[in-house]
Amino acid sequence: MNTVATHRGAADPRRERLAALGRRAAVRLAGGVLVLWAVATLTFFALRLMPGDPVLAILGGASGNPTPETIEATRAEYGLDKPLPVQYVVYLGRLLQGDLGASYSQHMPVTRVLAEQGGATLKLTVAALVLAWLLVLLLTVVTAGRGRLIGGAASLAETLCAALPHFWLGVVLLAVFAFGLRWFPPAGSDGLATLVLPALSLAIPLAGFIAQVTRESLELTLEQPFVLTARTRGLSDFAVRFKHALRHALLPGVSLSGWAIGALISGAVVCEVIFSRKGVGRQLYQAVMTQDLPLVIGISLVVAAGYVLANILVDLLYQWIDPRQQEQNP
Amino acid sequence: MSDLTLDRAYAPLRRQRRLPLPPLGASLALLFLAALVLAALLPQLFTRLDPLAIVPREAFQPPSWAHWLGTDQSGRDIFARIVHGTRQSLFIGLAATALSMTIAITLGLLGGLGGARLDRGVGWLLEVLFAFPSLVLALLFVAVFGSGIGPLIIATGLGGAPGYARMVRGQVLAVRNAGYIEAARALGHPTSRIVLRQLLPNAMRPLVVTLTMGVGQAIVWASALSFLGLGARPPAPEWGTMLSMGRDFIANAWWLTFFPGLFIVLTTLSTTVTGRYIQQRLEGRLP
Repeated sequence: MNTVATHRGAADPRRERLAALGRRAAVRLAGGVLVLWAVATLTFFALRLMPGDPVLAILGGASGNPTPETIEATRAEYGLDKPLPVQYVVYLGRLLQGDLGASYSQHMPVTRVLAEQGGATLKLTVAALVLAWLLVLLLTVVTAGRGRLIGGAASLAETLCAALPHFWLGVVLLAVFAFGLRWFPPAGSDGLATLVLPALSLAIPLAGFIAQVTRESLELTLEQPFVLTARTRGLSDFAVRFKHALRHALLPGVSLSGWAIGALISGAVVCEVIFSRKGVGRQLYQAVMTQDLPLVIGISLVVAAGYVLANILVDLLYQWIDPRQQEQNP
Repeated sequence: MSDLTLDRAYAPLRRQRRLPLPPLGASLALLFLAALVLAALLPQLFTRLDPLAIVPREAFQPPSWAHWLGTDQSGRDIFARIVHGTRQSLFIGLAATALSMTIAITLGLLGGLGGARLDRGVGWLLEVLFAFPSLVLALLFVAVFGSGIGPLIIATGLGGAPGYARMVRGQVLAVRNAGYIEAARALGHPTSRIVLRQLLPNAMRPLVVTLTMGVGQAIVWASALSFLGLGARPPAPEWGTMLSMGRDFIANAWWLTFFPGLFIVLTTLSTTVTGRYIQQRLEGRLP
């Protein structure tokens, strides 16, 4: 009865839904920009609190024994002699122009480091996310609602997977498949073969987490009346599970995806270090170790920006898949 | 609400279906956690070997009867090191979770009770903290304050805080308008008493489960930082640090990394299983 009213009110309900989605996207994006400004401010002041003189870090640490003249010259060159508020305004101005400064340790613009390394990390995280979802679908759709024994075993496997830390899984995979069986190269970042082990060590724990949620929701869905209706229409068990139940059961898993992306980025730092892969994560780790402020700030900012954007996208995707959400909070 | 009777009718059925792990799993998990606590308090009960004694002659021995889990590059017994490392790893996990929770409760209460403007501020602060993946937030903290046990605990605690804070805030908002709070207000109880005696206990109940699992997660994150060389200093028998040291010898001595990691996995697994057991108990009692 409600649908009739909306049909009369708006010519095209689909278009109206799109418009609502667009409004929500605009609001979320504006919020995201505000959050990023706060993030930039926070990182700037936090890193100014850092003990140790950044000039010494630029010149290669205290062991380099630089002369006072060199120190003064470097301080002026990087603008570190100006008062803090001036430095902050200059920093924000540059940020708006897409200039993240120059890395102390690598002597090149931070944006260039990011451009060179970003692709490898993106490839790794996307591969891991796809792999994780494949594992989830395989594990849950086949085993959900198949009785206590199979369900219990699968649930145990999921709990075990979720408890595996990336770094240990990575080291074990490295020992077994790279050094023991020699199936995959132990290090490097060129070619598909080097991607397999790091992507697996990221995907397996993630799959464990998502599968736990998806199994519970799939088992609840399989008890719904519409599933029974589909079965009485003579659909095969396979079709019922994949075409009807899965779409409903995926929602909790999708809402976890925003969190999953964060977990993947955190895991990527560790996995890139273990497998000596090119990538933003390992750069961040090295930047922390060498006290390379602009690189730490630059990578954190870009990672935060990507993460905020990804969360907004997941939120919109969720609204799109489940129109009920839209009605609840327009 | 109208489904209440239906829920009641199905309660026995549902309780049966909601037990994915048998009580055997829960008791094993509790047993393992009890053993960990005992090892943290009295490591001498489990091993007589010295975790720091260097015996170059016995370096890189694979697991054997004399050295259950083998020896490391300096001939130190791995099992003894794991047992003696329990105290530090467990302490780091508990302290980090306690810190996360303190921050989360403060922010959650401020947001849930402090009025609309404060709530918006807290929500915004949480969103800013949420913009960082937890390990990136922890790395930023370590970059600013240096490495070591103290910064490690604070970094791990900070990394986990936003997630808990969001949960506490949601719980406070849900409980705030409950009938018993209104009743307590009508009786004229002071706000501080209502918060401490009514609101917090009821808001925290569902969080007990998350908290139990959180200790395991905190141990994992702290180990990850130690693994990257940003936590406890090398000779100390901390699990993450042991993993980090053993990584250099992974090609020919797998037991150096395998066993410390196995204990981390078993600990997380035990906290997860225990948490779920508590959840089932809570839900069983409160249908």
